[in-house]
Amino acid sequence: MVKSFYKPDPVISRPQNTSMVRVSLIFVGVALFCFYFADISITTHDPWLEIDRMIAGVFAPDFLATSAIGDALLKTVSFAFIGVAMGAIAGFLLAQIFHFRVVRLLCSFVRSIHELFWALIFLQMLGLTPITGILAIGLPYAGICAKVYSETLDEAQTNALQAVPYGSSIISTFFYVRLPEVWIHIVNYTTYRFECGLRSSAVLGFIGLPTLGFYLETAFNEGNYSEASALLITFYILIATIRYWLRPKLIGFYLIFAPFLLGGGADIQVGNIARFLTVDIVPAPLRESSLLDASSWIDFFYWTASLINSQAFPGIIATVVLTQIALVVTGFLSLAFFPLISEKFLGKYGRMIGHLFLVVIRSTPEFILAYIFLQFWGPSMLPAIVALSLHNGAIIGHLMGRYSNEISLRPDHAKAIDLYGFEILPRLYGQFLAFLFYRWEVIMRETAILGILGIATLGFYVDSALADIRLDRALFFIVITASLNIGIDSLSRYIRNRLRLSRTVQHNSS
Amino acid sequence: MFQLINANLGYKQSSVLTNISLKINSGERVALVGESGAGKSTLLSAFQSQMKNKAALIPQDLGLVNNLSVFHNIYIGRLNSYSSVYNLLNLAWPQRREVGKIKPLVERLGLVENLFKPTGELSGGQQQRTAICRALFQGGDAIIGDEPVSAVDKHMANLIMETLVEKFTTIVLAMHDVDLAIKFSTRIIGIKDSAICFDQSTMNLTRKDLDFLYKH
Repeated sequence: MVKSFYKPDPVISRPQNTSMVRVSLIFVGVALFCFYFADISITTHDPWLEIDRMIAGVFAPDFLATSAIGDALLKTVSFAFIGVAMGAIAGFLLAQIFHFRVVRLLCSFVRSIHELFWALIFLQMLGLTPITGILAIGLPYAGICAKVYSETLDEAQTNALQAVPYGSSIISTFFYVRLPEVWIHIVNYTTYRFECGLRSSAVLGFIGLPTLGFYLETAFNEGNYSEASALLITFYILIATIRYWLRPKLIGFYLIFAPFLLGGGADIQVGNIARFLTVDIVPAPLRESSLLDASSWIDFFYWTASLINSQAFPGIIATVVLTQIALVVTGFLSLAFFPLISEKFLGKYGRMIGHLFLVVIRSTPEFILAYIFLQFWGPSMLPAIVALSLHNGAIIGHLMGRYSNEISLRPDHAKAIDLYGFEILPRLYGQFLAFLFYRWEVIMRETAILGILGIATLGFYVDSALADIRLDRALFFIVITASLNIGIDSLSRYIRNRLRLSRTVQHNSS
Repeated sequence: MFQLINANLGYKQSSVLTNISLKINSGERVALVGESGAGKSTLLSAFQSQMKNKAALIPQDLGLVNNLSVFHNIYIGRLNSYSSVYNLLNLAWPQRREVGKIKPLVERLGLVENLFKPTGELSGGQQQRTAICRALFQGGDAIIGDEPVSAVDKHMANLIMETLVEKFTTIVLAMHDVDLAIKFSTRIIGIKDSAICFDQSTMNLTRKDLDFLYKH
């Protein structure tokens, strides 16, 4: 009997630091180039109008302003709970068949479309019903969970498999050996997803579902800043205390009660669903004409060409320009933020304030931050850039701060700015770029969606098409957005591989 | 029972056994001895891949699922004898019937207080005893083990060896303790310099006869 020899691992040479610097400089250069084309004007007459009232509101939150706060939070949690549970379960099942190419493609497609776009699509099909909100969260989350769960399962240690007796069923082996090895990682990731789900659920309120965003928008429109501030503060507390109320034993209990808390909605009309799928989303030139007729295809060609020319192309340019600027500003802000929570730079009390600051801005969804800045400055790229980079900068800054605490320094290390530049930053830089490139695709997805607020990215054209009840056009733009996202995702993976940046950061940063 | 004819065995390139011919009959109790790295594990894995469904296995790294309890790790030894549904039921709620069967084994090897603790929380010796209980629970005629008593004290090692001899008719173990090997085996195979350089019945063998295996 001959056993095959193991092949040795190929020798992996560490990347040259210069290539990381070169890539960084290229990205900064691209951002500066984009900046030249970006519209960052302030369009409001007085940008700081109402700022005093807003600040007063922040410091005088009115928790009794409305009985709606409790209801808003309960609904936000319920939607997040059912949506994430659905996504996690579907994702878990899909992870088992993730090796099929068609499953991988399907998952990457559903997750490249933002929750809000899904919500807009389901709104057309199902109306303003709880199912719309649940599917809007559940569907993209299923795609994300499928990918991460399957990667986690692939990385599991398999030493124990050799002790499993011959002839055990695949199912038994999976649950006794493969799953327990990675269970804790799956639980941690799903908890993190639930936190994201809370933010997604809150934002769904902006399109009319009865979650936090709905009440927040109302409060802002009425200039009721004390109420808005109370809503946001309770939301932060909710997120900061997740680990205390999301106990494994309570999950079953929540799942039983959550469906009753979603509230009612319009009745679902089967006719609407059928019409949406068979008529509304079919490109106009192909509707009601024979598909065998050459002239309808010629019309379709012109329809596509004119949409690309007049709307999709400017939308793509704006989306890319905004993404690249926001990405680089996010990078700079992360580098500025991480010392705020690092033991290497601040004492206990300083770090506490740093933590509070980062928690607040990373718990506020980009969409809500952008909405607030938009109130000041009007619809240009400026509020979007600030919102995207603050939120993402806080997330990456938080992760880098935690990494910096694990660095051990020699006793006579440099201090302050020298410490930062010569000891800490060089050690963290690879990690930093890895985090940033993982966020790239997330930033682009958010950039597109901010169009709903009136910034001329792809989301703007989706929203306008929906307002005109031209669902075929809306879907066309959504598919373009998704393709753009998938493209950025592969580019990011290519760069990470070229720079040999760590693969494992994804679980806490995507 | 096992048979190798002019086989070349390689494992991670470091230790390679070339041109090995060996036959082990059922009913034999074989101890593989030799310095660590000599190729004992390589030989064992060759046996194991020949035996597949006929032998219980204690790998060197024990093959425990450290997030599962001692009970469940032992139960894994018989995953193939029950339906998947029953296995899952037993995973969620340990069935009284299975606990009843596993209890005497853990009582004998002193693990009863830890029955429902995850093995990751146990000491190395306790983990080793868990892996042995799993093999005992799996049963069958034969067992293959890679230094299965390396992490327990002398008294426990004797107890384990007695138990194994009682339960299994054919035993093939890599052993580091030469005295123990002489005491419990019927045949000793010595490995040195990538070859079998000693293969004798244990009868009338003493420790001195094996010293040369550990000299350079």
